[in-house]
Amino acid sequence: MRPLTNEPCLFAKPTLLIRKFSFSMSFEVPADVEAKVDERITHYPVSKRSAVLPVIHELQHHFGFISEPAVEWIAEKLELEPIKVLEVVTFYPGIRQSAPGKYHIRVCRTLSCAMAGSYELMESLCETAKIDRSGVNHHNPIAVSPDGKFSIEFAECLASCGTGPVCLVNDDFYEAVEDAGELLGKYK
Amino acid sequence: MSDLKYIAGKEPHPRERRMIFKNVDREGWDQSIDTYEKDGGYEMLKKALKMEPGDITSEVKAGGLRGRGGAGFPTGVKWGFLPPNNEKPVYLICNADESEPGTFKDRYIIHQDPHQLIEGMVISCFAVNAKLAYIYIREEFPEGAAILEKAIEEAHAKGYLGKDILGTGFDLEIYVHRGAGAYICGEETGLIESLEGKRPYPRIKPPYFPAAMGLYLCPTIVNNVETLCHVKHIIELGGEEWAKIGKPNNTGTRLLCVSGDVQKPGYYEVEVGSLTMGELINDVCGGLKEGRKLLAVIPGGSSAKVLRGDETYQVGDDELTIWDIPMDFDTLAACGSMAGSGGVIVIDDSRSISWVLNNINAFYAHESCGQCTPCREGSLWMKKITDRVVAGKASPQDIDTLYGVAKNIDGRTICAFGEACSWPTESFVEKFKDELVADTKPELSDDILNPESELAAAGLG
Ligand SMILES: Cc1cc2nc3c(=O)[nH]c(=O)nc-3n(C[C@H](O)[C@H](O)[C@H](O)COP(=O)(O)O)c2cc1C
Ligand code: SF4
Ligand code: FES
Repeated sequence: MRPLTNEPCLFAKPTLLIRKFSFSMSFEVPADVEAKVDERITHYPVSKRSAVLPVIHELQHHFGFISEPAVEWIAEKLELEPIKVLEVVTFYPGIRQSAPGKYHIRVCRTLSCAMAGSYELMESLCETAKIDRSGVNHHNPIAVSPDGKFSIEFAECLASCGTGPVCLVNDDFYEAVEDAGELLGKYK
Repeated sequence: MSDLKYIAGKEPHPRERRMIFKNVDREGWDQSIDTYEKDGGYEMLKKALKMEPGDITSEVKAGGLRGRGGAGFPTGVKWGFLPPNNEKPVYLICNADESEPGTFKDRYIIHQDPHQLIEGMVISCFAVNAKLAYIYIREEFPEGAAILEKAIEEAHAKGYLGKDILGTGFDLEIYVHRGAGAYICGEETGLIESLEGKRPYPRIKPPYFPAAMGLYLCPTIVNNVETLCHVKHIIELGGEEWAKIGKPNNTGTRLLCVSGDVQKPGYYEVEVGSLTMGELINDVCGGLKEGRKLLAVIPGGSSAKVLRGDETYQVGDDELTIWDIPMDFDTLAACGSMAGSGGVIVIDDSRSISWVLNNINAFYAHESCGQCTPCREGSLWMKKITDRVVAGKASPQDIDTLYGVAKNIDGRTICAFGEACSWPTESFVEKFKDELVADTKPELSDDILNPESELAAAGLG
């Protein structure tokens, strides 16, 4: 276990972010996750900074999303200023900044799937999982069910346009999805 | 090919010629290196490693291979752009971002035949002297990323990767790099920025042509998954022989992905130009749905300009209907569109043109990286206008504004996303203006309701 310390990292300036989170410290990255992170970094012999996305993926896989302390941790790990991590986190649609449900659903919204009924699928998934998407917007694309079991968002073309509507549930991929109840029933 | 067996219900169509997809849906096939080797896998790597690297490039040039990622740029020529007397390291990146709407071909190579891609990559790396290569794969292919990493491990264990490959002294490492759900990472310089750990803001060309100044500002070759797989087959047949497949300047086979309103959507590998649009839709894809008429086809991914179902096209001395268009790079370009990424989206008369365009506009509004004002503002503006059209809250003049916005994007941006996002709107308005206007409300013609129209009238739109 390697707790987050408030020692300044090599290149990082002690920004507001660092001071803020050195007090509220419950953020710990388990040793096995850190080992995976360290292995990933070796894939980038020229520049550690290149490992930002892979490290984010490892942490997101474990924690479900990238919190501000996670940004700090990654910055320290890669010897970057936290803003260099944060700007990446805030850009990519595949990186979440708040906790999703236990099972996160991404429904393809793009043309071929929409023609095959993906908007209708989104509706019936929300109805079945009791998810309210009325608060969703560009900056908050994810809606979570009240019990926290499912969360959902639209994704853009998932490169399976011939078998729409398609969706991802966590890392599981489903094609020609017709029955929302049947799909959600697979997840206990 | 006739002795190959495919999974029942997934057999290739008789008009197909399977080279790249030889093993896709093949009965008894799996992704393991043993299966691949038993089928003659990595023999072409052994052959290539005995050649001079420059000769591999010459074969690729002789084959006339054109990139399958969208632009159709000749691969051998691109490789030839690497600076002579270069002393910096050279990198090769496989573009496995597959995110152009309508395109779903690389997915099957990655998931079902990963070693074909690895073999094509090792050969290509040897040709351009790259000792470090990345496969940039979209984040939404988690299983694909795992399959590729396993394949890389297997190839390592057999000595096809790593130090001193097969005793030739050539070293190469390939790593899988996962994106994070942004379409712009498919654009090669955006991809490079992303791989450097930054926001995927595309770089301006010149000077940042990847072959000269790419990853870590070193010479870098970026090629699509399918393109790199073709290299293996060029080595097998020799460039000249391979060039006999397809048509002159449109050589080889090509993966076409058909989606939308046809009976049998799917992926089909055909000799480039061997099929007309009509044959593709009617013979290979089982025709349109019962009782439907063809409204439109988007022939090369959603960025390609739309073709109208009842239009005729002047190509050289011939007048072609949409059904007669051979599916090759040059003819589709002559028809005012492009072969692009091979994603063919078929739209029948049950669809509303406004709804289709609005769906496309929503994609580009979401995916603009935001660096260039015309693209960032324009893509969102176009979406807002078509949102209104679909909601029945647009005025007829809005369609002119829409067109004006689109026309002011392309040619004024850092990367080709500018064209990608404006061409759909430009072509839809050019070809379906009456249909779009029919969805607007003349009684809403008051400019005050539509501030964009005033700007357009003042030449600012
Ligand atoms: C907005 C945009 C998105 C692109 N997306 C992809 C993609 O998903 N996959 C791909 O291979 N090429 C994509 N390209 C093309 C790449 O920039 C590049 O031309 C291609 O990877 C080169 O490979 P090729 O020569 O083998 O075609 C895209 C281009 C643009 C402008
Ligand atoms: S054209 Fe659009 S996507 Fe490309 S760099 Fe400019 S803003 Fe970004
Ligand atoms: S449109 Fe849904 S996968 Fe392409």
